[in-house]
Amino acid sequence: MKSIPAIALFTLLMAPLPWLLQSEYLLNFAIMALFYAFLGQAWNVLGGYGGQFSFGHAAFFGTGAYTASILQVTFGVNPWVAFVLAGVSGGGMGLIVGFLSFRFGLKGAYFALVTLAFAEVLRILASAVEFTGAGVGILVPLQQSAANFQFADKTGFYLVALALVVLGLLVTASLESSRFGARLIAVREDEDAARALGVNAFEIKLKAITLSGAMAGLAGSFYTQYFLYLDPAIAYGPAVSIEALLVPIIGGTGTLFGPLLGSGVLHSISEFAQHLTAGAPGLNLVIYGAIMVLMVLFLPSGLWGLVVRIRAKAGAGS
Amino acid sequence: MLELELFIPATINGLTNGAVYAVIALGLTLIYGVLHIINFAHGSLLMLAMYGVFFLYTLFGIDPYLALPIVVPTMFALGYGLQRGVISRASHGKDENILLVTLGLAIVIDNLALYLWSSDTRIIDTPYAFATIEFGPVLVSTPKVIALVAAVLIAVLFWLLMTRTDLGKAIRAVAKERTGAELVGINVDHVYAMSFGLGIACLGVAACLLLPTFYVTPHVGFAFVLIAFTVVVLGGMGSFMGALWGGLIIGVTESLGGLYLGESLGQIGIFVLFILVLLFRPTGLMGQRS
Amino acid sequence: MRKKVTAMSRRQFVSGTAGTLLAGAASLGFPGIVRAKTSVRIGLVHPVTGFLAFSGSQCRTGALLAIEEINSAGGIHSMGGAQLEAVLGDAQSKPDIGAAEVEKMNEAGVAAIVGAYASSIGLATTQRAARHGIPHVVDVCVSDTIVERGLQNTFRFCPGYGTVARTAVDNLVKINEAAGSPAKTVMIVHEDSLFGTGTARLLSSALPDASFELVDVIRHPNPTRDFNNIVLKIRAQKPDIIIPASYYNEYILLARTLSQYKVRPMAIYSVLGGTASSYKFLKEFPRTAQFIMDCNHWYDPSHPAAPELRRKAKERGLFFTYELFLTYCATRLLADAIERAGTDDRAAIIGALGQSDWSDHFMPYGPTKFLNGQNQGARPLNTQILEGDIKVIHPAEYATADAIFPAPALG
Repeated sequence: MKSIPAIALFTLLMAPLPWLLQSEYLLNFAIMALFYAFLGQAWNVLGGYGGQFSFGHAAFFGTGAYTASILQVTFGVNPWVAFVLAGVSGGGMGLIVGFLSFRFGLKGAYFALVTLAFAEVLRILASAVEFTGAGVGILVPLQQSAANFQFADKTGFYLVALALVVLGLLVTASLESSRFGARLIAVREDEDAARALGVNAFEIKLKAITLSGAMAGLAGSFYTQYFLYLDPAIAYGPAVSIEALLVPIIGGTGTLFGPLLGSGVLHSISEFAQHLTAGAPGLNLVIYGAIMVLMVLFLPSGLWGLVVRIRAKAGAGS
Repeated sequence: MLELELFIPATINGLTNGAVYAVIALGLTLIYGVLHIINFAHGSLLMLAMYGVFFLYTLFGIDPYLALPIVVPTMFALGYGLQRGVISRASHGKDENILLVTLGLAIVIDNLALYLWSSDTRIIDTPYAFATIEFGPVLVSTPKVIALVAAVLIAVLFWLLMTRTDLGKAIRAVAKERTGAELVGINVDHVYAMSFGLGIACLGVAACLLLPTFYVTPHVGFAFVLIAFTVVVLGGMGSFMGALWGGLIIGVTESLGGLYLGESLGQIGIFVLFILVLLFRPTGLMGQRS
Repeated sequence: MRKKVTAMSRRQFVSGTAGTLLAGAASLGFPGIVRAKTSVRIGLVHPVTGFLAFSGSQCRTGALLAIEEINSAGGIHSMGGAQLEAVLGDAQSKPDIGAAEVEKMNEAGVAAIVGAYASSIGLATTQRAARHGIPHVVDVCVSDTIVERGLQNTFRFCPGYGTVARTAVDNLVKINEAAGSPAKTVMIVHEDSLFGTGTARLLSSALPDASFELVDVIRHPNPTRDFNNIVLKIRAQKPDIIIPASYYNEYILLARTLSQYKVRPMAIYSVLGGTASSYKFLKEFPRTAQFIMDCNHWYDPSHPAAPELRRKAKERGLFFTYELFLTYCATRLLADAIERAGTDDRAAIIGALGQSDWSDHFMPYGPTKFLNGQNQGARPLNTQILEGDIKVIHPAEYATADAIFPAPALG
């Protein structure tokens, strides 16, 4: 795979960060940026490479989060095992949503809206059913130890988040160089033409959404371990779905490093805006939104597109 | 049984609520039908319109219904300007960019409102706010009946606009076949902006209808926009009658869902209906097959 | 009217920026600069944006008013007059952002934190603060889990919903008995997140024990656009007492719709109603608000400091709501602990809070006494909206008026 050296370099550069950063706050920022990058990578599999834009990725994220928390709290399952099972359940939910949507030929805006609807249905169910704690939510008891997937020192969380992102990079890289990925991209570019060439579009899309859902489920489990509290709005609310799509779109859909770039930049802007307007409620988000609009106006292929253009110019110039 | 006894009042109630959803959805369906934009900022713009109506009442004493001639053209102008000035420039040919732009606009508008007007709940107390009309055993709030009548009127007006006027024909032409429309000399950019403006003007109407019985905060738009999307899909993207019927059906579904399943779980009825429509009849009740 | 608050915010903005710059310096390894002994940093984390923005802002203002007062009275005397300096954090109505704010405050070298209004945010902020050993005074968050996790750093001045629910039922029984026990049936209407669901659960088990018949429990989401169906159900079942547990917006719609349908139970008895003991509600809906009762956080009406604070709030164009006065008190509690500790060392402040015996406040709690982080004397009061004002009706030692129960029929 072409990108392995790039991924290895990235890992080498990022791994020592906890020991280089003296600031807990910056480390937290890094963890959250990596977390959202991973969520974006999950979305990117289906949206960037598969061309199916999901507006309801919270459906998979939340399912993973609830699976992880319920297994731990109600059934006493080890959190690491629960973590893996969260991925499985996220993938399972992806399978269900994908099966229904693709079986009935939903595409484009219709697909996007149906995923939104699924997330909402799950949110309403989660807030009505005792099993998920209903409106009260689920609180995972504080019990810090590595074996319990609750690190007293943030470094542990950072390394897990980094590992997830690297996993995401490897998955994405394999999409770029495998036959499955090629078929997926073909479906994205022109589904009818792909079918004419013998690609089973339904099956390919289904696999993509399952993979995407599984990754989002893992992200949900990570969130549970880091924050130890979950309720229907956090798990299935629109905030997660919006973050999941914003990050890769700003960074560059269908690219390897797009989600990372997107997450890093978006969250830096958000922090910067907050510093600038400390004490004036709302103003920081106004800046955030305005920058988003400006970026779309002037950087339509996302940030990675900009990087590519700069590189091309540099190459042409030399 | 309690539910049976309340069935008719709940249905009538659902119809009046649905009417307001329909008015909001009418604008959204026009925008989607012509520009193929999922307008994420629809809720935020509704919120702006509601603040407009609120301030007109509290600062100038203008009754919400009398404010229509002020609010509606203003919202139209705002919509026209946004489409021409911001959204059309952002598309660069990619749908996802429009998504981002409208989302970004929504964030800017919501938080600007928060900063300027704070998060206090604003509510007005008009003399007819508590007035009711009796339909047999059922008491219906007067402002809601007005909303129902208004919704039907607007739908009819739109239909007339689309079928009887030159602008309407131009809009339909652009919606159906953009290149062809351009070739026959229609100014597509202008038509797009007019359509967007009309869609946002609807929000002005909805705001005037809503404020007597509701409240406004910077976050009020979100509550309505999700339902509006559902209505648009149910009715058929681009169909006005569809939006009207869709709104009424969704209103009744919500009301009956709330009656039988409780208000919290009852909301599920809307989204389950939404999913079913998308799966089995994605063009909606009255939509054109695209 | 808004100007004063903004001016304060700009001052805090400057100190917030200074704090961040110092934090930046600290992260480069210059720890000596951070501890400026002429000021003690207090982190204030609240949801001032997002859908909880109103309450979060009220809380923040309460805290800032307290800090202002303490500073103008000479600051922390035991530290040579060190001034309190607020480090503001916006939780954006999201728990994970609240937690991130705590991280920032930790970097900024805060001695303690006050926050976070909502229980879901408070759970996250107290936990994160505990990881850094920062004392965290909880201002409003009513969930009992906040103080049941064994966190050493968490202290709550006001009561949790367990105490409030039990007291509410006890007081309801007393009010009912005092009128000859006319009320037998109750209906609960609650919002479906943490606050409403938790309160409803507690009430559901306590009410039957107090020989009330619970006719129905209706839950509704946030937001609920329309209460017609709910009111129809209420009207059909004719409960003697309606107990709402909802946030402001839904509460207003419910109350209005009840008026519209001319449903007048013997009492609308809120528990942690917020709205029901809100001057804002009273001002905007005087007719609808009449006779509504609440069992909620309330101040001792005979204490002179309360009207004084109310006046200050009014000057800034703000309503004197529970978010404001509770956070005000929480901040003063903290200042008292710092005063007794004589240092801004976090562990020492935690120790001082644990030993706290503070009575210089206007809440009906008596001197503070913490057990597992919960102030034992904390309790709610019963209020009723009468004659265009909010009066305390129970317990007798704080009452300023007699309860009117049952509410007079609509005529």
